[in-house]
Amino acid sequence: MPYIPHTPDEVRSMLDTIGAESIEALFDEIPAHLKADKLDKLPEGRPEMEVLAQMGERAARDGQPLCFLGAGAYDHHVPAAVWELATRGEFYTAYTPYQAEASQGTLQTIYEFQTMMSRLTGMEVSNASVYDGASGLAEAVLMALRANRKSKSRRVLVPDAVNPRYRAAVESITSNQGVEQELVPFCTEAGQTLTDSLKPYEGDDYAALVVPQPNFFGSIEEVDALTNWAHEQNMLVIALVNPTALALLTPPGEWGQQGADIVVGEGQPLGCPISSGGPYFGFMCCTRKLVRQMPGRIIAKAEDTEGRTGYTMTLQAREQHIRRSKATSNICTNQGLAMTAATIHMALLGPEGLTNTAAQSHSKLNQLLDKLTAIDGVEKAFTAPGFHEAVIRLPKPAQAVVDALSEQNILAGYPLSQSYHGQDDQLLICATEKRTEDEMDRFANALQEVLQ
Amino acid sequence: MSQIPEELRYATSHEWVRMEDDGNVYVGISDHAQDSLGDLVFVEPPEVGDEISTGDECGVVESVKAASDIYAPMSGEVIAVNENLEDSPELVNQDPYGDGWIYQLKPANKAEFDELLSADDYATTLEDDED
Repeated sequence: MPYIPHTPDEVRSMLDTIGAESIEALFDEIPAHLKADKLDKLPEGRPEMEVLAQMGERAARDGQPLCFLGAGAYDHHVPAAVWELATRGEFYTAYTPYQAEASQGTLQTIYEFQTMMSRLTGMEVSNASVYDGASGLAEAVLMALRANRKSKSRRVLVPDAVNPRYRAAVESITSNQGVEQELVPFCTEAGQTLTDSLKPYEGDDYAALVVPQPNFFGSIEEVDALTNWAHEQNMLVIALVNPTALALLTPPGEWGQQGADIVVGEGQPLGCPISSGGPYFGFMCCTRKLVRQMPGRIIAKAEDTEGRTGYTMTLQAREQHIRRSKATSNICTNQGLAMTAATIHMALLGPEGLTNTAAQSHSKLNQLLDKLTAIDGVEKAFTAPGFHEAVIRLPKPAQAVVDALSEQNILAGYPLSQSYHGQDDQLLICATEKRTEDEMDRFANALQEVLQ
Repeated sequence: MSQIPEELRYATSHEWVRMEDDGNVYVGISDHAQDSLGDLVFVEPPEVGDEISTGDECGVVESVKAASDIYAPMSGEVIAVNENLEDSPELVNQDPYGDGWIYQLKPANKAEFDELLSADDYATTLEDDED
């Protein structure tokens, strides 16, 4: 049997059945000016050897810069075993299997992942992962709107100190569903979201408050107070967390009196190398009470009729292949490969290894801050304690400094002018366990020169 | 053949309504509905205090194979929900017209009760569906 789905005869017969002239005629309703013409600017195909040489030359232009840039993706050590194992044939797929029960090994991996994420976040339930941290936040917002039955509004409170790209992703995904984000200002001295800043919203109807930990500036937020405030106002709490930081900080399940309701975050720090465009993955956890409003897949452990352990997909009834337009989300899958890498990464590190990574990253940030703020005119911008990122104030516009240092193959950080008004002199810097004292000295010396 | 008690009224969306002496009504899903859905694993009733209008989606019943909305057969205020269903959704399968009731409503307009289908009319709609 030829592995060709439709022969010309079959196509003809289908067209005759529906009374269409040709396949092109099926697209008649698309205005002609919107149809792409021949792609005549694309060059002719070229031999593999030439293409490899050209791509190699372009990759070399990127260099191997020294990385002090975080802002959402973090340069942690990934043990070689992680991707050696994750890319084995048995694991090498980007998808949750659709013939789920036929893939017990994959299902068990997902089950282990869910267990690890539940423990790390202190939540009862985790799903099998979502596309990335930013879209995960959008899913969490939509989930909170469905789940908060005390609220009639389509509004959520989102601190200005949440990663601006995440806020943009939430905007693109939810604005056409009538969802509004109300921006909560941060304290320009502390670099934190204060409960005082929430006072103006007291008594107003919002479905949820997003609580970042740490926030985009690297600052540790006072999560207990924020959580309690939101719950007193009948809002749900969406925790947006860095998974590495959770090895040291109180897990969201224990925030305040009742704990967070939904937890999301970017999983990249758990075993995914930094790379423009990913693949990364998002994680998503919640309380048991909200599990039926959670999008995505959940793998459960079950027993067969002979008492043997088996893994199975569960709680599918609200997905789009069953609920159509009323589904909880259009997500019917997960980021299988990146999630597999994360599971292996966490298993290799263990709780102690993850805590060491976090503790070293934190201590390296403090070392870096000591070196940088010893330079004339460089100071810490905010007073709040941080995890492995912080904002420094420079005597020159941060963008110009970043550009100058990139000439020396140093990624100096993220100039806040790219996302915030009136913070042109502020630079968000990051240190992970990978940065050595020599590398920090190289950065500090280069910065000093650029500032002279 | 599914049971369709004479004394109840029905909506085409397969909810039943029972009028009590105090003028409040009980709402559940019909024997036919529970049978079509299969074993229920979860019932999400409306919230006590919700004001609902006829035709509103006001809850969800979820079985091993599907999740379906429950529609409001009458307008009014939800005054009670069947708390037992939280742990025992199978009550809806076992006793759809009794212990499997889903919520209780204080009707805004009692005349709406008479506009609902009688047992005979509901039986006819089921037969029509099968054709």
